[in-house]
Amino acid sequence: MKQQLPRIIVLVFGAFLLFQFFVPHESSEWIYEFLLDWIIIIGVFALAVGIWSLFNVHVEKIKTRKFGWKYSYVTLAAFASMVLFGLTAQNGQEWGWFFPFLVTAVLTVMMIVQAWASKGNAKLFLIAAGVFGLSAALIAWLDGSWSFYFQTAAPLQSFMFRRTFDNILVSLHATMFSLLAFFIASAAYRAFRARNVMASLLLIAALVVMSRFNPYLEPLFGEKVNRLSNWLMNVPNLAAQRAIVMGIGLGMVATALKVVLGIERNYMGKG
Amino acid sequence: MTIFDKLMQLDRRWVFLFLAIVCVIAYASSFEVPILVEPEVRSIFQFIDTLPKGSVVFVPMDYDPGSMAELHPMTYAIVEQCWRKEMKVLITALSQNGPGMADQAIRAIVDSLKVPKTYSGVSYPAREIVNGVDYVFLGYKPYPAIVILGMGQNFRLPFPLDYYGTPLDSLPMMRGIRNYNDIACAINISGTNATDYWISYGQGRFGFPLALGLTGVSTAQYYPYLGSRQVFGIMGGMLGAAEYEELADNPGDAKDAMRVQLPAHLVIIAFVIMGNIAFFVTQRKQKRSQKEGGR
Repeated sequence: MKQQLPRIIVLVFGAFLLFQFFVPHESSEWIYEFLLDWIIIIGVFALAVGIWSLFNVHVEKIKTRKFGWKYSYVTLAAFASMVLFGLTAQNGQEWGWFFPFLVTAVLTVMMIVQAWASKGNAKLFLIAAGVFGLSAALIAWLDGSWSFYFQTAAPLQSFMFRRTFDNILVSLHATMFSLLAFFIASAAYRAFRARNVMASLLLIAALVVMSRFNPYLEPLFGEKVNRLSNWLMNVPNLAAQRAIVMGIGLGMVATALKVVLGIERNYMGKG
Repeated sequence: MTIFDKLMQLDRRWVFLFLAIVCVIAYASSFEVPILVEPEVRSIFQFIDTLPKGSVVFVPMDYDPGSMAELHPMTYAIVEQCWRKEMKVLITALSQNGPGMADQAIRAIVDSLKVPKTYSGVSYPAREIVNGVDYVFLGYKPYPAIVILGMGQNFRLPFPLDYYGTPLDSLPMMRGIRNYNDIACAINISGTNATDYWISYGQGRFGFPLALGLTGVSTAQYYPYLGSRQVFGIMGGMLGAAEYEELADNPGDAKDAMRVQLPAHLVIIAFVIMGNIAFFVTQRKQKRSQKEGGR
């Protein structure tokens, strides 16, 4: 039954959605909309599993003292802080006791992590977590200058959420991506060597596409480079990409049919 | 050891250093780079430019801060063009880190509309852009494919509330806007694989006009859809953004960044050529010494 039930569910829903596409009736549309809602709900559960996995992986890393385990504390503290910034907002201009609350709340999470990761002193850390947790709860209860918002999007506009997002996350992402340019330059220098015919073709194509619409090279080559580059993009590139896309598409249809018909069962955890 | 041998064993840190110096000098200098416009960018500009007032342009901003440098200027130029032309803009952000960035971009463009400006000889007065009237920001929901399919039925299905928590039905702009049938076009500005979903599940299934704004590295892979006319235009990377700014006569970050990108590309081309010359010379030398050794 453990094997049969998931296969029956997949067969029924897979076949239904396949036929629904060709039936533009109101009732079929209604069921389709209902199922779309369900997919999003299931997706939210996947998000919870993802958060749990993140927590578990880092606690495990701390526990086993794996390479870079100290950074796991930073990850978990940043994670807890961002969750709090995303759930709280100021009620006026005053901060009140928000920052002591933040510190105690993050310390609570850290103590729980430590209790989980430690081999002998779990009780001590759990007591500390309790003390910090109580302090955080007390501050949250007594301080009226800020509040928790679970139902509205007010925290997304809050000072701390915006500032941390705009000034930390955005800058970090942008920096990481910018560094890529240097690695690409170094990789291009080493990889683009005319070792054989195929490598020479790749080299020429790369140089032409890199030079396209470059106004500095316009006086040297005129419109020729642009035209050649457009031809490369629109003919050989198009042909190759189309072949790949069609291959992927056919592969997807074949895999979907195999899943619906119960031939492919990897999604159940076994082949 | 000859210079060619040295070039063959060049430490990559020299490439980094040289590139960094060129980038810093180019950034510090003040010169303007002439921009040559590709037809696939022009078609997007012309499509939007010929839309009547009040049309709804859908701008899904599916990118993270990592690709912001390339894609933000596209968003700025397109949304500003729409608002100056008194069109309405519907925005989503189907990438996890997108909503905060989209919100930041909206605030910046709203501010820039507060001053009168002249584009291509046409003066546009200052405008107060109102949330819910001139634009609606739907925000983020996970699973882009499902969200795109859901919006095809009704925008209210995946987004009963907008990003700021207001029910869509209470927003004046959303009156009469149910699904993709009510939008003039969608310009997907994306640094993720959400573009595939927009093409397959959005344009493919519902048939609305779709154009793409992409990062430089992913542009080539979407050219087949331009050839099959599933998308009516593509803006590729920083250059694409700069071309759009040039067409809109609204110079911004992309045009400014071309001062750095073009010399950087020339440096890479020069390094590749130098590397190949060194490769040929050293190979020839090796062959000659092998021949001499054989005798």
